[in-house]
Amino acid sequence: MSPLELLLQQLINAVSIGSLYALMAIGLAMVFGILRLINFAHGDLIMVGSYVALLAQLLGLPFVAAAAAGVAASTVAGLAMERVAYRPLRGAHEIAMLLTSFSVTIFLENLAIILFRPTSRPFPAPAVLRSVIEMGRLRVAGLDLIAIAVAAVLLLALTLFVRRTNIGIAMRAASQDLLAARLVGINVNRVIATAFAIGSLMAGVVGLLWSARVGKVDPLMGFNPVLKAFVASVIGGLGSLPGAVIGAYVLGGLEILLQGLLPAGLTAYRDAFVFAVLIALLLFRPNGILGASEREKI
Amino acid sequence: MAMKPAEEGQPRLLARLAGPVVLLALLAVLLAGAALFAGDYIQRIVIVIGINVILVVSLNLSNGFTGVFSLGHVGFMAIGAYTAALLTLPVSLKAVNLPNLPGWLGRLVLSFLPATLIGGLLAMAVAFLVGLSLMRLKGAYISVATLGFLVIVQVILINWDQVTRGARTFAGVPPHSTIWNVWIWAALSVYLVWRLGSSAFGRAMRAGRDNEIAALSLGISVIRSRLLAFCLSAFLTGVAGSLWAHFITSFSPKSFYFVQTFNVITMLVIGGLGSVSGSVIGVFLITVFSELLRNAERGFDLGALHVPPIYGASQILMAIMFVLVIVFRPAGIMGGRELDLRALLRRLARQGRKKEAE
Amino acid sequence: MLKLQSVDVRYGHIHALKGISIEVRDGELVALLGANGAGKSTTLMCISGIVRPQSGSLVCDGIDLAKASSFDIVGLGVIQCPEGRRIFGGLTVLENLRMGAVRRPDRSGVRKDMERVFSLFPVLGQRRRQSGATLSGGEQQMLAIGRALMAAPRLLLLDEPSLGLAPLVVRAIFRVIRELHRQGVTILLVEQNVRQALAVADRGYVLSTGTVTLEGSGAELRANPEIEQAYLSSAPEAGR
Repeated sequence: MSPLELLLQQLINAVSIGSLYALMAIGLAMVFGILRLINFAHGDLIMVGSYVALLAQLLGLPFVAAAAAGVAASTVAGLAMERVAYRPLRGAHEIAMLLTSFSVTIFLENLAIILFRPTSRPFPAPAVLRSVIEMGRLRVAGLDLIAIAVAAVLLLALTLFVRRTNIGIAMRAASQDLLAARLVGINVNRVIATAFAIGSLMAGVVGLLWSARVGKVDPLMGFNPVLKAFVASVIGGLGSLPGAVIGAYVLGGLEILLQGLLPAGLTAYRDAFVFAVLIALLLFRPNGILGASEREKI
Repeated sequence: MAMKPAEEGQPRLLARLAGPVVLLALLAVLLAGAALFAGDYIQRIVIVIGINVILVVSLNLSNGFTGVFSLGHVGFMAIGAYTAALLTLPVSLKAVNLPNLPGWLGRLVLSFLPATLIGGLLAMAVAFLVGLSLMRLKGAYISVATLGFLVIVQVILINWDQVTRGARTFAGVPPHSTIWNVWIWAALSVYLVWRLGSSAFGRAMRAGRDNEIAALSLGISVIRSRLLAFCLSAFLTGVAGSLWAHFITSFSPKSFYFVQTFNVITMLVIGGLGSVSGSVIGVFLITVFSELLRNAERGFDLGALHVPPIYGASQILMAIMFVLVIVFRPAGIMGGRELDLRALLRRLARQGRKKEAE
Repeated sequence: MLKLQSVDVRYGHIHALKGISIEVRDGELVALLGANGAGKSTTLMCISGIVRPQSGSLVCDGIDLAKASSFDIVGLGVIQCPEGRRIFGGLTVLENLRMGAVRRPDRSGVRKDMERVFSLFPVLGQRRRQSGATLSGGEQQMLAIGRALMAAPRLLLLDEPSLGLAPLVVRAIFRVIRELHRQGVTILLVEQNVRQALAVADRGYVLSTGTVTLEGSGAELRANPEIEQAYLSSAPEAGR
């Protein structure tokens, strides 16, 4: 393979994984923007969706129906999370909310362990998601192309949503100034629920693609993705939607780059390097690349 | 905000000293009792409580006093644990389990105290390097960054096979931890953090936490105080790691990841951020409570009813309890204040007098 | 229209409002004066349902505001233009105004009101696609008032519209306030700029550390030398 083809191959890899991170990170960014909540349990929504999709398939449903069930389950789980765990804490200290999201994570993960046992299970995926397409001398995974396409469609839809619809604009308004949003008559409860619903739906989609990619599901599968999604959000600037997307693709590119550049002995440390880069980045830009400017009232 | 008098009279100092000291005295009695009379199981729980006290109290120094909410402290625990264990492991075991250690390390065996100290110091050195970049960050960013540190440590532990045995169990650590040496360290930690907290430095830390700009205008170097607290707390956490390693005698990288982090933070929050006596009480309550829950997890008989084992249930219950505390009493049991025995006794006396009047 | 009786508000240990009673009748422009920390903004936040009173009653056209959510209160037509303007900086002027009308279902009415806002504040019309953060202080204040007007308010609460603005701009803002008053909008105006406020007000109250120390018609207050006292006597709180 010529260097150009290699580059192209890796580029597709990077964009594909970046797409998954982007869908995750946007869900986190939406919630953080409005509530200042770091929702660790967002990762477990991936897990919930995947397990439901798995169960649906084991019950005989075709993949598309199972996928829909999985995404629906994630969305419902996300809304339930908001209603039960986070709404009572509206207005509480940032740390309190962060710790609560920890608890929700522990709760969901252990529940999954009790129901499904801690070992992983294979995730059946239809042929199209396991296919490999040959384009010239390139071998591209069908999954990668689908992931990129799905992300593009969803991100475009979301952009239209937050620009054209009243509730979308209200979401942006609420994440800029929650008090002013209340004074203007925005239904904050509905806006927050919508943010959770959209984010959870995207997490459900990520769950399907992720499970298809690695071929299995396990109760703790959500932890690593949510961590990556956070890094993506932080890179782009916590709370900023475009920042989350940019950060996600930067992260995807960084991962693939490191994978290629690191000497053979060190590739296993790739994730450590990624986080080290994050810490280094924060040293120079404490609010991320597109950091939301937190104006300090002196 | 009310201004405290510049000088604290002797009786005031004693009264504030009373709280944590009396608690410790009570516990010292308990320790003696446990060491002399109690069975193996109780002794082990007492040791665990002691180690948890160090973990929580040192985390309070960073999270509670300076407001730097570190989620990665367990990473320092790991550094202390692995470092000290590597130094105390007998040469024969090292040859078998860690054949690729560099020569000098393979031959080196230290006794418990120097190994523990080195573990703590190494953790502190790492904290210094990491802290240099982190202390400038605000709120959520610090937490995510420290979590990143935890992941970095985890990845290194899992992959640096020659030194850590990778993901495999690191076993055969000599069981040096006893009730006494663990609790001497615990008492030292409590005293150190408590003294720091009630000193001028403590006030500076809290000022930086409550209002950074105001503190800066008063000439308080917020970053320096945060960094100092962070490093000191890393040292103590590293020591706790060593104590734990020599108690449990075998562990793996997974022991120093998310679950342990959640446990420590639960104890911290339930006791109350910023309160040393709260930390001690919180540790005691949670350790005992979770131990009871864990026994229940194995299944038990309630009269004629047999409850089957549900592993993982204890974690779920802890998580639920944690959320309840945060919702209904977010300041924790002590509400961020220290135990003031004098005030407590006065209140009890008043209630007693009221009862007499009725 | 609006009646507060013996409203008491505490923030933890701080006793912000100590049983105040205020009334605003239909079509009136009532001024609420006082130094920093007197409790003026707290009063407005209480009316808007953001802050809950410990005791006392707040009634608007027969409806108990103390029990209503802030969402419902906006639905009643009680609209606040908060202190510091608080426009949505990342949204355009158009989007800000659109958010002002977010509770209204009548699209034609909303469109008409938007034109009305642009005629009151032509500069907003010129900058309609610019983001709020790029506007000057005076323009942001106009946007804030315009946004409040988009809700077709029955009672308009203005919190320190002149704060931080140049005198020329302040005069322009008050010209608009006078015009709104003339058009029949009921207004409760919180202000530190006593002169401007009393120039437009029908009646006024002076708040000092949580209590009403003076009240009367605009003319009475303008002639009253005690107004100065009310500000000076609360000097320790001023400039908090």
